[in-house]
Amino acid sequence: MKRVVITGAGTINALAQDVPGTFAAFREGRCGIGPLDIRDVERLAVRIGAQVKDWEAEAYFNRQQIALYDRFTQFTLHAAREAVKQSGLHFCEELGLRAGVVLGTAGGGVNTWDENYRSVYEEGKNRVHPFVVPKLMNNAAASHVSMEFNLMGPSFSVATACASSNHAMGLAFQMVRSGAAPVMLAGGSEAMLCFGGIKAWEGLRVMSRDACRPFCANRNGMVQGEGAGVFVFEEYERARARGADILAELAGFAMSSDAADIVMPSRHGASRAMEGALRDAGLPHEAIGYINAHGTGTTANDKTECAAVADVFGQHADRLMISSTKSMHGHLIGGTGAVELLACLMALRDGVVAPTIGYQEPDPECALDVVPNEAREARVDAVLSNAFAFGGLNAVLALRRV
Amino acid sequence: MAGNVRDRVIAIIAEQAVLDVQDVRMDSTLEDLGIDSLGLVESIFAIEETFDISVPFNANDPSESDFDISSVAAIVAAVEKLVTDQKG
Repeated sequence: MKRVVITGAGTINALAQDVPGTFAAFREGRCGIGPLDIRDVERLAVRIGAQVKDWEAEAYFNRQQIALYDRFTQFTLHAAREAVKQSGLHFCEELGLRAGVVLGTAGGGVNTWDENYRSVYEEGKNRVHPFVVPKLMNNAAASHVSMEFNLMGPSFSVATACASSNHAMGLAFQMVRSGAAPVMLAGGSEAMLCFGGIKAWEGLRVMSRDACRPFCANRNGMVQGEGAGVFVFEEYERARARGADILAELAGFAMSSDAADIVMPSRHGASRAMEGALRDAGLPHEAIGYINAHGTGTTANDKTECAAVADVFGQHADRLMISSTKSMHGHLIGGTGAVELLACLMALRDGVVAPTIGYQEPDPECALDVVPNEAREARVDAVLSNAFAFGGLNAVLALRRV
Repeated sequence: MAGNVRDRVIAIIAEQAVLDVQDVRMDSTLEDLGIDSLGLVESIFAIEETFDISVPFNANDPSESDFDISSVAAIVAAVEKLVTDQKG
């Protein structure tokens, strides 16, 4: 088995349109959630979100590309360019033939669905643009990344709701570890902040109308976000031989299914995924200094997740830090694990743990060190990144400092 | 109208609980009837559609929502009030 390291990172989210800006926001505990600026917002009950503001697609893509790229694809390509540039890799000839890309998204081209449903149902038009299908399909982003960077190896998209990115990154990790590919791009994106995308979530009645306050006693639900995170995963010896800057090592990955309920989380399913990731990484429980929580800010998730952490870590649960950066960048649904992996990289590499902001009152059912409101300096040697999806599908990554 | 609201709310709850309307008592709780959180959200949706009203309810904190769901009688009373307030 080969060791796997991260040699490039890229993002766009409500906090910033690159990794350094996102790290700065994490350090400052800045909130990217605000009033939504979308069509028909006055017909929504939920009017806040972590929206990417001042996005100028024209600055990065030509007219023909924009005609083919839904917002989620644009975000993905923007993040992928930053990650590949940082890695210093060129996917020519042999490397291009073996390298691939695995990306997570829950909804794919939701804005494209929304705009075209409006056109045929609301406006009664009987004709749509010829590229509607290639624009909205879930694999569009992965395909365009493969085309832009000449990735001809294993490439596909993964949709497991809120765990999509973690499943995608876990699979890419396994491919590099097994030797199936020397380099993989991996991560995910989501862009569902449009009328239909929010209206659907409103129906579940789990959304907050004021703020995302994970682990806080008065939390009242989740807040949607949008954006992308993409990483370059590379075989360790290869990265070392070419003198690449190694951001962190991917040490382990585990998946589990609750096989229980379509929306309610399971303490047992979450525990099994965390235990599995530790076992896969060969890390003792005591090695974990930080967990990037799934931490959605719903009553059910946060108390279940804290109980699962207590089950897995026992007394060490009181010594580790656990924060939910969703309080800052919102819940990016299928892209969330990718953006949250950045908080893990920051903890391992810079020794700064991103906070859970908006924290007001302790909840006895979430009695862990949630790094309230202010980022904290600490030496962290190993971390977990949790993602627990609707449908009971869990995916946890373990990373360690190199 | 009041009796009508009661019958229709009971019919919605009975359907969700897969029970006959006679088996839904005014002092029953949703738990007694076997209605879980998803069933509750579906019932509220059906109530909104039936009466053309908007029900203030956040599943994260049912106890702090303005909509009292502690028993069938409480739900009926809450719906009657919302119908009066919102439909004049």
